[in-house]
Amino acid sequence: MNPVEYRRPATADEALTLTGSAGARLLGGGTNLVDLMRKGVERPSLLADVSGLSSLIEPTEGGGLMIGAAARNSAVAAHPLVRAHYPMLARAILAGASAQIRNMATVGGNLMQRTRCLYFADTAGSRCNKRSPGSGCDALEGFNRYHAILGASGDCIAVHPSDMGVALAALDAQIRILSTGGIRVVPLTEFHRLPGDRPDLETALEPGELIVSIELPPSSVAARSAYRKVRDRASYAFALVSVAAGLAVRDGRVEDVRIAFGGVAPRPWRAFRAEAVLLGRPPTTEAFEEAAEAELQDATPLSGNSFKPNLVRRTMTAVLSELAGDDR
Amino acid sequence: MSRIQNAIIGSVRTAIGWVPAQWLPGGTPDPLIGRNAVIGRQASRLDGPLKVAGKARFAAEIAMDRLSYAALAHSPITRGRITRLDTSAAEAAPGVILVLTHRNMPRLNPLPLISITDLGAVGNSNLPIMQDQVIRYNGQVVALVVAETQEQADHAASLLEIDYAAEEARTSFHDAKATARVPASILIEKNHLSVGDAERELERSAHHVDEVYRTPGQNHNAIEPHAVTVAWEGEALLIHDATQMIAASANAIGKLFGLKKGQVRVVSPFVGGGFGGKGLWDHQIVAVAAARLIGRPLRLALTREGVYRIIGGRTPAEQRVAIGADPEGTFTALVHTGYSIMPPYGACPEQYTLGSRALYRSKSFEVVQRHLDLDIVPNTFMRAPGEAIGSFALESAIDELAHSMAIDPIELRLRNLPERHPTTGVPFSQHALGQAYRDGMKRFGWERRSATPGMRREGEWLIGMGCATGSFPYARMPGANIRLTLRRDSSATLSCSAQEMGMGTATVQTQHAADRLGLPLDAITFELGDSALPAAPFAGGSSQTASLAGAVVAAADKLAGELLRLAGNDSPLAGLRAGQVRLAEGSVVSIDDPNRRESYGSILSRAAREEITVAAAGSPPIEFLKFAIHSTSAVFCELRVSTVTGEIRVDRLLGSFDCGTILNPKTATSQLKGGMIMGLGLALTEETLFDERKGRIMNASLADYHLPTHLDVPAIDVIWTGIPDPRTPLGARGIGEIGITGVAAAVANAVFNATGQRIRDLPITLDKLW
Repeated sequence: MNPVEYRRPATADEALTLTGSAGARLLGGGTNLVDLMRKGVERPSLLADVSGLSSLIEPTEGGGLMIGAAARNSAVAAHPLVRAHYPMLARAILAGASAQIRNMATVGGNLMQRTRCLYFADTAGSRCNKRSPGSGCDALEGFNRYHAILGASGDCIAVHPSDMGVALAALDAQIRILSTGGIRVVPLTEFHRLPGDRPDLETALEPGELIVSIELPPSSVAARSAYRKVRDRASYAFALVSVAAGLAVRDGRVEDVRIAFGGVAPRPWRAFRAEAVLLGRPPTTEAFEEAAEAELQDATPLSGNSFKPNLVRRTMTAVLSELAGDDR
Repeated sequence: MSRIQNAIIGSVRTAIGWVPAQWLPGGTPDPLIGRNAVIGRQASRLDGPLKVAGKARFAAEIAMDRLSYAALAHSPITRGRITRLDTSAAEAAPGVILVLTHRNMPRLNPLPLISITDLGAVGNSNLPIMQDQVIRYNGQVVALVVAETQEQADHAASLLEIDYAAEEARTSFHDAKATARVPASILIEKNHLSVGDAERELERSAHHVDEVYRTPGQNHNAIEPHAVTVAWEGEALLIHDATQMIAASANAIGKLFGLKKGQVRVVSPFVGGGFGGKGLWDHQIVAVAAARLIGRPLRLALTREGVYRIIGGRTPAEQRVAIGADPEGTFTALVHTGYSIMPPYGACPEQYTLGSRALYRSKSFEVVQRHLDLDIVPNTFMRAPGEAIGSFALESAIDELAHSMAIDPIELRLRNLPERHPTTGVPFSQHALGQAYRDGMKRFGWERRSATPGMRREGEWLIGMGCATGSFPYARMPGANIRLTLRRDSSATLSCSAQEMGMGTATVQTQHAADRLGLPLDAITFELGDSALPAAPFAGGSSQTASLAGAVVAAADKLAGELLRLAGNDSPLAGLRAGQVRLAEGSVVSIDDPNRRESYGSILSRAAREEITVAAAGSPPIEFLKFAIHSTSAVFCELRVSTVTGEIRVDRLLGSFDCGTILNPKTATSQLKGGMIMGLGLALTEETLFDERKGRIMNASLADYHLPTHLDVPAIDVIWTGIPDPRTPLGARGIGEIGITGVAAAVANAVFNATGQRIRDLPITLDKLW
């Protein structure tokens, strides 16, 4: 690890000043950034520790919920309002990492975490366009079982590893970003960029900006929602596939639905096409499968993950069928 | 070497073949069998309080004045040479004391490879250690940076500038099969075993199965990464190591650095897990060399990634098992052949066919292992080497055969249990696998299993049961020495350089010594973990307990003789010889007339002695040449498989063991359960991702290499027959590794019973199911 300067700004404005300087990185719980520093993937000269900034979780005037960027993952998952109104978010967070990591990790840091692609992390022995633009991608023909089938490019097939982000994508979360010009708001579904030919550019956050909070709007589907994570061992493993879904059925037809996938794309993947197929239809297994097919029609499975489209379809169908329950 | 080894082992067998059983050590069962006071009782680990209080110091925790800290640099290429090496930036970094590369590394010979016939040889590799610019495998150590702090060393190591010219490397398992070697021996067994014409029997058998089973490479992940703290004082060298071979390491390091016997002291009282990986590797050698150059103590603790780079793991393997059976299910042919990696510079043959030579009767056998040369860190002994993966192949095949014949898989096994060792004809010392199965079936509720797969369902989950046989050969190593001091107050201290890797070595030998000497537990001190003590063999092959027990027996016999001599003619014991007395209740007692006795305190007082010390070595372990001595087990598994995702969740595991006397139920249960959890990892989660394009391990971390987590481990039930082995000290056999064996097949067989899907390729991940 390189020598690094550590600062702990007391205010968001002070953090903004620090993050504008070259070589600066914002530090949340450090559960990913510090690992990457040890591996030499990240080599910041300055760490601005923003974990002491806002960690408030409070209702908004519009009936939604505001979550401070420095709120710990475990605090969000345990919050009564989250558990009551956004159960899929609590479940998604608890499906991730380990209790120790969740106690440290912040909401802002969770969204900023980087891919767990093995070749991205291997500075000594592997090529990676995300880490070193233009150097090539060793994952394309390598171990890519965990990699993307949606939204990837020929330059990068890495997935975003967050569980929490998948629930937030389904819940129409808005990211509130502070810069010297004030606050701007970006939908979570647009916060993570698709790689294209610049996989090194990962999010909408510019240098000199800071995530201050996440806002969850009120949701008609959130109360009847679920998160299901499919993985190689029962705990402490990233998703091969995960599905966050909320469903509202009235008079035997889908009135509203939210679906997002994890483990299959460079961003938490909101399944807009699948949702469109389902709206107004009876919530049948056939409809769910058709919706999954619509979402997966552009899927590009790799040598190591050809099982994923089928796994997405089965998992999504099972989650929605369970949510539909007696309304079918 | 191997052909010579075969000849030696063969001639030893011939020479002792005619000796009547009672002439052999162990021929008369250990008199302690059946009259134990402390052995067989529950006892907590004696070092438990130290460990929970954080007072047990491990190798990387030893404090020393002026201690320096080291970090390794590894080659990212697999084969080739260093073309440019610029250490100036690293040397100029803050706190750096030394950058050691092939340029300034002392010239050293390679280490002699671990060998069955030379117990002083301990090398896991005989490649040169930082002697030249040649790169021979990916991850090879190319530099060691020493600094005032660990952080400074780590940082400076990242400033090394090294260019390489890569050459084509041998990294493909598949391609290497074309030039596979057939070694003459697998450990002490002749490799190629051919009885009858197995292929022909297979062809004409009424029923047969013939399949290929694949297992991936796996890596060591002991909770304590390898570490040394090293100090030179003149020509005396002190090494605090994490090792399972203390005495042999001290000898080997002394020879390598041109030191006299006794100048090297290896201390290792606590090891945070060995599992075959904690031997002598490159890191100890470069640390010792660097500490000498800088004239200061030095600590080198491997990073988790470092363990993957320079410590070998288990080889991947491809095994063919074919079994032919007549209409009654009697085996007529058993074929077990396969491929695994063993580079010529490595030491571990991964003996996956040993179980197939010993477990079942068959009219014909064809058994042979083939070795592949790849440019890799040499694979090594890991968690029941051979048997762990061999039992997966054999016991899956038997399950397949049973299903195709519509016979219960336990019944098929019982029909083929041998009376004598099936391929050598040697009698078993004791063998109750049948009882282990019957006990296990009853306890597990085997009758609830549906013979037809896919019949039990709860919601989206299919439920299945499976079973398999586990086995592990007994071994007792020569060269086990004990020093025994008995004091007038009837306390005793036993000392040897044995290893404690968490299994309870000192605890069990303290129990043993208490019974052997007829003293209470708290009168006994058992010292270990230091090469300055009388030499003990390495801890490996599940042999240490038996090896030490044999030496304790010898020391107690010698002590009895010495006490009789001291007792003299004024004692009630006068006239008795060593073979006519036993040690019991703090006294020397006549076997024929228990009223003739004298207490230790009385004998020593009359002789005006405060204490008496004897030293003895265990008798040569010829019992396991004269008898077939194996631990066996019946493993049962119940699990569920999601019809949606293919996820597997194991609900129950039961191990029913036939391992001789269980010396301490508490430590034994821990060890057997731990082994079974390793078996779960083998079955379901563990896989080294070796990128053959690069020859590089890609998942060198606990996050990316999946060991089972707590949530993956179900309730585990452990039972045993407890039948003493009449041919071993205390009637005991090793239990360190057998827990691992059989589990993977029991899981795979349960997956088949649940789903009808036969997975012959470990680990059984969800994508292999639907």
